[in-house]
Amino acid sequence: MVGLCGTTWSTQIVSGLLDVLYSELATAFNMAETHSLQDIRQQAAIAAKVFIQRDYTNGTVCQFQTKFPSELETRIDKQQFEETVRTLNNLYAEAEKLGGQSYLEGCLACLTAYTIFLCMETHYEKVLKKIAKYIQEQNDKIYAPRGLLLTDPIERGLRVVEITIFEDRSTGSGR
Amino acid sequence: MHLGVAEPMRDCEYSQISTRSSTPMESPHKKRTPRRKWQTFPGRNKFYCNGRIMMARQTGVFYLTLVLIVVTSGLFFAFDCPYLASSLTPAVPAIGGVLFLFVLGTLLRTSFSDPGVLPRATPDEAADLERQIDIANGSSSGGYRRPPRTKEVIINGQTVKLKYCFTCKIFRPPRASHCSLCDNCVERFDHHCPWVGNCVGKRNYRFFYMFILSLSFLTVFIFAFVITHVILRSHRSGFLNALKDSPARYPSCVVVCFFSVWSIVGLSGFHTYLISSNQTTNEDIKGSWSSKRGKDNYNPYSYGNIFTNCCAALCGPLPPSLIDRRGFIQPDTPQPAPPTNGITMYGSTQSQSHMCDQDQCIQSTKFVLQAAATPLLQNEPVVMASEPPLPARTSLGGHCTSLPLGQPTPPTSTPNLSCEADLIPHQEGAHHHFLTPEEAPSPPGMLPCGSPLDHSHAVQFYSPASQDSLHEDSVRGLVKLSSV
Repeated sequence: MVGLCGTTWSTQIVSGLLDVLYSELATAFNMAETHSLQDIRQQAAIAAKVFIQRDYTNGTVCQFQTKFPSELETRIDKQQFEETVRTLNNLYAEAEKLGGQSYLEGCLACLTAYTIFLCMETHYEKVLKKIAKYIQEQNDKIYAPRGLLLTDPIERGLRVVEITIFEDRSTGSGR
Repeated sequence: MHLGVAEPMRDCEYSQISTRSSTPMESPHKKRTPRRKWQTFPGRNKFYCNGRIMMARQTGVFYLTLVLIVVTSGLFFAFDCPYLASSLTPAVPAIGGVLFLFVLGTLLRTSFSDPGVLPRATPDEAADLERQIDIANGSSSGGYRRPPRTKEVIINGQTVKLKYCFTCKIFRPPRASHCSLCDNCVERFDHHCPWVGNCVGKRNYRFFYMFILSLSFLTVFIFAFVITHVILRSHRSGFLNALKDSPARYPSCVVVCFFSVWSIVGLSGFHTYLISSNQTTNEDIKGSWSSKRGKDNYNPYSYGNIFTNCCAALCGPLPPSLIDRRGFIQPDTPQPAPPTNGITMYGSTQSQSHMCDQDQCIQSTKFVLQAAATPLLQNEPVVMASEPPLPARTSLGGHCTSLPLGQPTPPTSTPNLSCEADLIPHQEGAHHHFLTPEEAPSPPGMLPCGSPLDHSHAVQFYSPASQDSLHEDSVRGLVKLSSV
């Protein structure tokens, strides 16, 4: 008798707790969604991908087109996007720059029969690291809150800048 | 304990269902060995030393080159150098030695490095390009192969045609070309050299040039000093006697050297010309920038003066390899090759249709916890209760329900977690998976373990000790869930 009462009582308690939890979770997901990259990855579905192609008008130097793709019109500011691509282009130009420093590095490497690269990284690699950090920072600050994600071009063989567009959940009902 | 016995069996059952069409892991017991990218490289290349060395498929002529150089130099050092060192100067073998080592070093560097291979397009990229081409051409094009696709670009005032590569599914950058022997697109493609057993492209052109330059110096050096040796000996004992003293290797050595000198010196001269005008062998043979084509035809890549062109080609920055041979394959990386089993589950198209969104997850978790609470109080296995309501869902949905019913695994035991990880990420982390290639590479099993840890804690509530501890545990579990 007592056991049965106890069972009913505890079931009610648990259900109550579950309801509270459910609403808590729903709110938590709502709030978290637009704030961090981690949450986007856990929750969002990929709606589309945009590819920014290379711009060869200056030769074989690695540059990307700054033309604003139409799919991003609703998501991000044109100036912001162009700023990002322009900065990337500048960074790549810095990596491939022919100047005193790169010549020095080349000659030194030749003299040491290129064994110096076993302990030192090339100028290009150093700039690539800078680029990776920049992209991460842009993703965290600007693109992730808008449901976008930039992929480092080096992962696509420096062919394209891939921008992944996630489904916009902020207007969705039924959480 | 009843539950303890029942659940591992069910755990293995669930993991078998999940692995049938997904990961390369055959059973939960086999350790998953992450594969490196060179093992699934789509081109016709050979890799050695776990991806550090990259060569073309036919390497026979390369070994011939190696043998010729080593044997000729060996004979020189063995037979001529002792005499020359004593009668002339010991600097002779010293310089010869340095030259020989430099030749070998540059040869190996040319043969073993990545010439500048362009990785093939991912399926998404290829689809996007096709779409753009259709828009550009107008979609009315029948037949299997559309006419060759080209894109025109103006570089420094010259119109350059970029061709579409059907194999790599990309528009080739200017100066890139597809090597049919290696089946790769190579940046700044010069030529495929069978003597070095590799393509010569952007990344190894300077090593190739150094190789032929130093080899021409070496052959001239050896040739000259062999002649000197014969002359010195014949001064002392007459010409015929000199020939008799040393074995009949002289004719063969001299012949090899003579022909090498002309061919290799000639080749070095040709490449010196190419470097100073900033052209590739490919362009020169086709006459792309020759003035015979037109009055206004000039090389748009040239820097204007010979010195800058030479410096740029030989001392400019060395770009890194784009193909990342030694990187690990992420299970959900969009691979250009036909997808392995591991990708079918995590691929982008799959992820969109099979995605268990958080509503479903929360609902199912809530239902399961509710259902679990009642029978557990009577100390019965939990698994039965929630199986029936969700049979119609996809396998992913099924995993959503089965998740809390699996054995709660301690976070530190990775093999178990990787088993769980197959179940868990389908609900939350499948999108998460798709994005992980963009982060620093990590072993495939590890990343999804971050989020499911909370879930595995959450299921601890059905340790059937007593009602009180059950409530305590359930509250604890629910609190942990809410911290996700």
